[in-house]
Amino acid sequence: MQFTSMILSNAEVSPGYWRMRMTAPQQFASATPGQFVMVRVSGAIDPLLRRPFGIFDVGVHAPVQSGAVPQPYFEMLYRVVGKGTAMLSALHETDVLDILGPLGTGFNLGSPDEEKLIVGGGVGLAPLYLLARELVKRSPVRLFAGGRTRDDILCITEFERLGVECYTATEDGSLGECGLVTEALLRRLDVLKGRATIYACGPHGMLNAVAATAEARKIPCQVSLEGYMACGVGACLGCVAPGRGHSAETPDFRCVCTEGPVFESNELKWRD
Amino acid sequence: MKPDMSVNLAGIMLRNPVMTASGTFGYGEEFAEYVNLESIGAFVTKGLSLKPRAGNPTPRIVETPGGMLNAIGLQNVGIDAFIAKKVPFLRNVNTPAIANFFGNTVDEYAELARRLDEIPEVAGLEVNISCPNVKQGGIVFGTDPGCAASVVSACRAATKKPLIVKLSPNVTDVVVMARACEDAGADSLSLINTLTGMAIDLGRRRPVLANITGGFSGPAIKPIALRMVWQVAKAVKVPIIGIGGIMNATDALEFILAGATAVQVGTASFINPGAAQQIAGEMEAWLLANGVADIKSLIGALEV
Repeated sequence: MQFTSMILSNAEVSPGYWRMRMTAPQQFASATPGQFVMVRVSGAIDPLLRRPFGIFDVGVHAPVQSGAVPQPYFEMLYRVVGKGTAMLSALHETDVLDILGPLGTGFNLGSPDEEKLIVGGGVGLAPLYLLARELVKRSPVRLFAGGRTRDDILCITEFERLGVECYTATEDGSLGECGLVTEALLRRLDVLKGRATIYACGPHGMLNAVAATAEARKIPCQVSLEGYMACGVGACLGCVAPGRGHSAETPDFRCVCTEGPVFESNELKWRD
Repeated sequence: MKPDMSVNLAGIMLRNPVMTASGTFGYGEEFAEYVNLESIGAFVTKGLSLKPRAGNPTPRIVETPGGMLNAIGLQNVGIDAFIAKKVPFLRNVNTPAIANFFGNTVDEYAELARRLDEIPEVAGLEVNISCPNVKQGGIVFGTDPGCAASVVSACRAATKKPLIVKLSPNVTDVVVMARACEDAGADSLSLINTLTGMAIDLGRRRPVLANITGGFSGPAIKPIALRMVWQVAKAVKVPIIGIGGIMNATDALEFILAGATAVQVGTASFINPGAAQQIAGEMEAWLLANGVADIKSLIGALEV
């Protein structure tokens, strides 16, 4: 659906990373973990295209006064990387934005009787909070959050509040372990008893490593991809990712915006 | 009184002059949630080839001020899957669907025209001789008047349906191309396709697009498109479809004044999936507000 949304709050949660809460229509409550929105940052022609953002959280504000209507909202967690996100970060409460969403195919919550291992790199945590919120209702959940520095480790307190056991790793050692988040994941897998599913979102190198680990250990793994996209509805074909059997002779491109952004990692073609 | 918005596009009756451009509107059904397909004049489907095509590697899209570059590489399902999976949807939409197509050889173009001619749900054909993003996806045919004429003649012989030829702006003189296509039997000309452009990532010292170059579209190209439509409209008798950076009713009406019988909305549908419907509505409101009873009275009515 397409709707006009009013900003309820927009705050920098870590240097360069922002969290925005915006009003949503009632029907937005149907959003599932892993879905995304396309945001028109301004009505002008630069920036021209909408920007895709994962849905960080959805909820409803209880009315303060009796008789007032509860206000559904959603949140985005975003990093300022260019002109569009810089403009977004300069917006304030009561400013309005044109939103398309919820879009795409989200995470499969899978079976409850297994451990859920969530891996997030930097702003890749954005679609994983709503996922964790759903998963903790049914299963034990562990989060592995990685980044270059402590500034890239976002909203860990929120995950902890859900009852998620959190591990952090930074490349410079400024928070948690020094190194890659995938090393912490591997150690957990070494002692894992019983079944598990991995859920991951982050830089492509991290996803590549997680997918390879999942394949080697025969653990189901879902990844949420990013893609350059113009439309978000499957028309522009800008955001495609190669499927496992893709080759020039047997084309198999998957649309990140409609078939994804979440895929089973073994559906996709990864770097060798 | 409601103004008359209908136009006759080479025998295809449009309830209003607003169409959607190939490659920006999928096969129609992708937009059904956002657009009342029966509020627009016609829609043009994603370019079809005989065999499915993978398209180019990613990144395929990059934004630049006022526009975007794309190098999709004509990814499409191919004619067989189009007939099996996409045509059934068209059956229940009371709006002309125009099939865009391209080949690697003149014979392939003719074969596609023959196959599309047999589909009752297809109201007309748009020949793409102008894609800038694949080596043989048309640009060879679209930049040489002799090659263009041979493609159009072959398609003409293969179909009785209205035949639209989509022209490339990446030529020295678009009027030469337009005349060659008209003489070869085109019923209508649509212009412009995208302009070849590129974007560079300074930090990485690399092109942004995997294909290096891409087709430039969006509001930034409108002045060039208007100029070309105006030039071609003066030179040919067949109806023209104006395309290039149309974002609102004002843009669309400018193309009609320049000589276009209809317009195609492209990049705007990416930003606002309901763009074509909105533009059609706003055009009608403009005619009403300005006392214009019939849109046809504006076609080519530019005073110079």
